[in-house]
Amino acid sequence: MGWIGADPIYATVFLAPYAAVFAGFVVYPLVFGLWMGSDPALYARLFSDPRYVTTLANTLILVLVGVNVKMALAFLLSGFFFDRRWWKQALLAVFLLPWALPALTVFLSMHYMLVTEWGLLDSLWRSVTGEDGPLFLVSQPIAMTCNVLAYIWKFLPFWTLVLLGARMAIPREIYEAAAIDGASSAQCLRYVTAPLLANVYLICTLLSVVWTFGDFPTAYFVSSGAPARLTDVLATYGFHMAYDFGYPRLGVAAMLSALPFVVPLVWLLMRRVRRGGVQL
Amino acid sequence: MSATVAPRRHSRLRYRMNRWTVEAASIVLGVVLVVWSVTPIYNMIVIALDSHDDIFSGSLWPENASLESFRVVVTQDFWYLAQFWHQFGNSFFVGLMTAFMTLFIGSLTSFTVGRLRIRHGWLLTNGALMTYVIPASFLAIPFYRIIQIYGLGNNLWSVIAALTTFATPYAIFIFSQYGKSIPMELDESARIDGASPWQIYYRIYLPLMAPALVAVGTYALLLAWNEYLYNFLFLSTPQSMTVAVALAQFLNSDESPWNFMMATAIIYALPPMILYYGFRRYMAAGLTMGGVKG
Repeated sequence: MGWIGADPIYATVFLAPYAAVFAGFVVYPLVFGLWMGSDPALYARLFSDPRYVTTLANTLILVLVGVNVKMALAFLLSGFFFDRRWWKQALLAVFLLPWALPALTVFLSMHYMLVTEWGLLDSLWRSVTGEDGPLFLVSQPIAMTCNVLAYIWKFLPFWTLVLLGARMAIPREIYEAAAIDGASSAQCLRYVTAPLLANVYLICTLLSVVWTFGDFPTAYFVSSGAPARLTDVLATYGFHMAYDFGYPRLGVAAMLSALPFVVPLVWLLMRRVRRGGVQL
Repeated sequence: MSATVAPRRHSRLRYRMNRWTVEAASIVLGVVLVVWSVTPIYNMIVIALDSHDDIFSGSLWPENASLESFRVVVTQDFWYLAQFWHQFGNSFFVGLMTAFMTLFIGSLTSFTVGRLRIRHGWLLTNGALMTYVIPASFLAIPFYRIIQIYGLGNNLWSVIAALTTFATPYAIFIFSQYGKSIPMELDESARIDGASPWQIYYRIYLPLMAPALVAVGTYALLLAWNEYLYNFLFLSTPQSMTVAVALAQFLNSDESPWNFMMATAIIYALPPMILYYGFRRYMAAGLTMGGVKG
């Protein structure tokens, strides 16, 4: 077919950049990280730290509650935005603003909305009720709730877009056939849309869960671990151990302790994708 | 006659009322979504317009709204902001270089796998996607040590390397999918004409991939601009910092220049907003390009 002899040389040269990047910046850090977190004594020390247990619980709450509420809302809102009317398209543009802006800026803004009695929310409360509002970042449940809501606020638009794209891939004829059969819109949702989107929804949820285990900006900026590091998640706790405490190996161990959760999910995800592909 | 007309009129009325309640509910939901989405951004603007005393006045709109904070940021009039424009330039440099490297490395790799048709090419594409399996924050600590070992500490190229690593697998995936729509006959006829693989890559593949290149390039640029953790980890002096790191410095301040911080945040947020709304069509295309079947 032309240059069979020259092909391997070109192929090797062309692949060299990415091979170098992968070896030098993915494999090496990964192996190094696994080595750093390989001492069992680290994990003994981790589990004896009550802060770690709280951190793990917080991470699981963020993952289980945050991701599922976010994906459910994304599913419903994707139906809401599946509409050509101009005001809904304009609304979609505004709705996407949280995702378009850098996490740092919006989470900082939320932090200052919540902290002290002069944040925006407390000022609003005072102007409506005349009394001082709650202090959000002084109580762990309220601060955790704020973190989860901030997380949903930031990432809901992206997943809404993804599910909206999936909805658009459903052929119109199916809905027309359902309408001929007399299906109401609720029945269409339950018997047509939901089963067809199920595969994409599951893949998105699994992916989001894996990513949320390592979520850093939310807890770091919105609550800043307040009060007293009780709203840390694994990423911020590990970071704190490594850089504020000067104990990097413990930080790595904290993050690696999520692997028993992450690896089975990834395996599930790979199986799903291999079986069904990333499509309806 | 009247027996059939009356029920039809009644059900038509009910149908119309149903439609109206759905419409009203939609509008209410729309208002809720706007308030929900915009409130933190409103907060940013309010604080940025505050003068220093207004910050702690607890009012919903500053009594002396002024653009003073923006002036301070733009003229670098505060000690945390002394290098603001240089840092802004750093952010741009990191973003553009990340986009360029991602596009270059990603397109070369997907060209080799898809067009030169090496054996077990799918292994490379899937292996690349494995990068996303470990959350980026988990790799951060070992990454920091590695960067020290490579001697790239406090250097913008360390951030560029890290972000390129995280953006390239996605680029390879999108390019592979999109490249399937370019017929192999073009390559073959070029080979018959005596073109080398590099010429095919440069003169045929790249021009035809232009929409995918724009979508992925925009994505990489946004990723690099918005990123915080790796910027913070690798860059430690005001000269080398990007705006993200400089912005987060305000958190450690003993004074409380929240208004300067929010003004900085707003200026920092403008490029991604412009980029996003300007290139929205291409980015949406980028999301769906990965879904090309077969």
